[in-house]
Amino acid sequence: MMMRPYRPKANVQKRAYYNDRFWVAPRIPEEPVEGSPFEEDLLSLKRKFSIEKAYIQRGQMVVIINPEDNKEVLRHLKEERGYDVLSEMSAIDYLERDGTFEIFYQLLSLERSQRVRVKCRIKEGEAIESVEPIFRSADWSEREMFDMFGIKVNNHPNLKRILMPDDWVGYPLRKSYPLQGDEAAQWYEVDKIFGKEYREIIGPEQRDPAYVNPEDTCNFARIKHEVPRCADPESEPIKIEKFNDDAPLVETFDLKEAKIVNRR
Amino acid sequence: MQQRNRLEPYFENLAFERDDNRMVINFGPQHPSAHGQLRLILEMDGEQIVKAWPDIGYLHRGMEKMGENMIYNEFLPTTDRMDYIAATSNNYAFALAVERLLGIEDKVPRRAKVIRMILLELNRIISHLFWLATHALDVGAMSVFLYCFREREYAMDLMEDYCGARLTHSAVRIGGVPLDLPEGWLDRLNWFLNILPEQIDLYEGLLTENRIWRMRLENVGVVTPEMAKEWACSGIMLRGSGIPYDIRKQEPYELYDEVEFDVPVAETCDSYGRYKLYMEEMRQSIRIIRQLIPMYKETEPQLMAHVPEYISAPKEDIMTQNYSLMQHFVLVTQGMRPPVGEVYVPTESPKGELGFYIRSEGDPYPYRMKIRAPSFWHTGILQDLLPGHYLADVVTIIGSTNIVFGEIDR
Repeated sequence: MMMRPYRPKANVQKRAYYNDRFWVAPRIPEEPVEGSPFEEDLLSLKRKFSIEKAYIQRGQMVVIINPEDNKEVLRHLKEERGYDVLSEMSAIDYLERDGTFEIFYQLLSLERSQRVRVKCRIKEGEAIESVEPIFRSADWSEREMFDMFGIKVNNHPNLKRILMPDDWVGYPLRKSYPLQGDEAAQWYEVDKIFGKEYREIIGPEQRDPAYVNPEDTCNFARIKHEVPRCADPESEPIKIEKFNDDAPLVETFDLKEAKIVNRR
Repeated sequence: MQQRNRLEPYFENLAFERDDNRMVINFGPQHPSAHGQLRLILEMDGEQIVKAWPDIGYLHRGMEKMGENMIYNEFLPTTDRMDYIAATSNNYAFALAVERLLGIEDKVPRRAKVIRMILLELNRIISHLFWLATHALDVGAMSVFLYCFREREYAMDLMEDYCGARLTHSAVRIGGVPLDLPEGWLDRLNWFLNILPEQIDLYEGLLTENRIWRMRLENVGVVTPEMAKEWACSGIMLRGSGIPYDIRKQEPYELYDEVEFDVPVAETCDSYGRYKLYMEEMRQSIRIIRQLIPMYKETEPQLMAHVPEYISAPKEDIMTQNYSLMQHFVLVTQGMRPPVGEVYVPTESPKGELGFYIRSEGDPYPYRMKIRAPSFWHTGILQDLLPGHYLADVVTIIGSTNIVFGEIDR
């Protein structure tokens, strides 16, 4: 008997079914910051903080910092360098690779039309300092990050789930969370609306849109083996007279009478 | 978290009956003026709002998760369902992000760029007309709603003629556009552009000096420039606060640096100023499209970028050449594999700054896709904006932020 191939549980997202053995993915070049309009920003940051790495990718500067400095770096960029809008922040799940989350802050300077991305890495279970006192917009972004990844944010005014219900189990954007939802998601609505005692009567919620049950003839039809509704799936199929697969698509075609109805 | 009797309504830890003079009321999620599934919990002192908690997530479909489980081309129709009022602007923002990730942004043919820009501006007009219609209806002007929907219908017909869909367009592809403009489309577009300015004057005649309209909009929902920056406002919410920042001008994409248009700014910071901006933006969109029509006629007929490793060849090549067919097969079954790296691409959608952050690890599936939807922050600002206003102003403020829930909850 053949064994099922093992798939690591840390990443259950869809993967390419075929990978060329010799193919190496190209990388987007990381250009040096020297000589670019971001040079001054980086120099002033380097004077106060330890910068792990800084480069320019596709026209935006990327700065990698220590996670402890996040609040002070953003404060410095806002007050000294004029990056006055935090247009986006969130996290990336790298738990499968090295057990860390990458957190990025996307900043914009309205005056100079420049964008900087500040990134840092934290381990699973570690918390990050809230930047809400500096950028009010981080209020909701940090809540969303907590909701989706379970990253705790210290000193946040109102850290609770924002998109998912408050009593949801699991963190949906982690790579270990399946697309169709985990077991808790299957029972969430049944438990909430009817109660746990109805689990056996109602059954788990089917969350796969492509699901077909060939045994269930009340809700699904088997193509070319259509039986009456709710009949035994193995019973004699209905004969459908209307459809003839072998008939030609157009029965008579006269080139002289044919005309183009509407030309695009 | 189970309630004792399931027939009784149940709200998380909210005491609706209180001993002091305050009252907590629940606005939405099923409220005709909530523009979708917005639930507001308002703490009131008489008619005045003391505290507001916007509650979102009623339309959450996990688009970012879906994006991580689909190849890039597969995800494009899903983006229609975000800002469904102006679907092409989402398609375009996603396509541009992927193009910049692949580094093929400047290989998109000029004709495709012109068509994309016409569609984007047409979508901006559709979205602004829809905004004016619903906003006026919320505030109490029924007839404006009817007039706006009439003109919106003409614009929707144009979209339907082009791509076959009225709401979920998918009218842009990664690397270009799928179709050329149909015969006679530009004439119909011209006709629409000719009637629209008169109609905008009609709306303005009904509203701008209208006593009720001004009383309900002036000095309501004042977003100071500091507040707009703090809350990462974009689009008209930012320009309505006196900050002249338009991504089309400041960080131009496509051919926006070749066309002439103005960026209107309002200094009053209130809902009335934002209303004036919407009207002016529609006129600027008309002006942009008028410049694009002669540009279209000068372009070569190519519609998709020629980059064989990422984009399928034209259909004639696929049907006649073996290698193009093989490449097409791989691109459809496995998907394109962009280089390793990350990109954040902002675009100016009708609602504000719509950005896609894509992290690629060299796989056909994006490793992380974060959609920066402008309405998300424009809803968050309600908790700072509403306190101090009266209950009757809530509807005006929600209307003038122009939020759409498909993109807030994603």
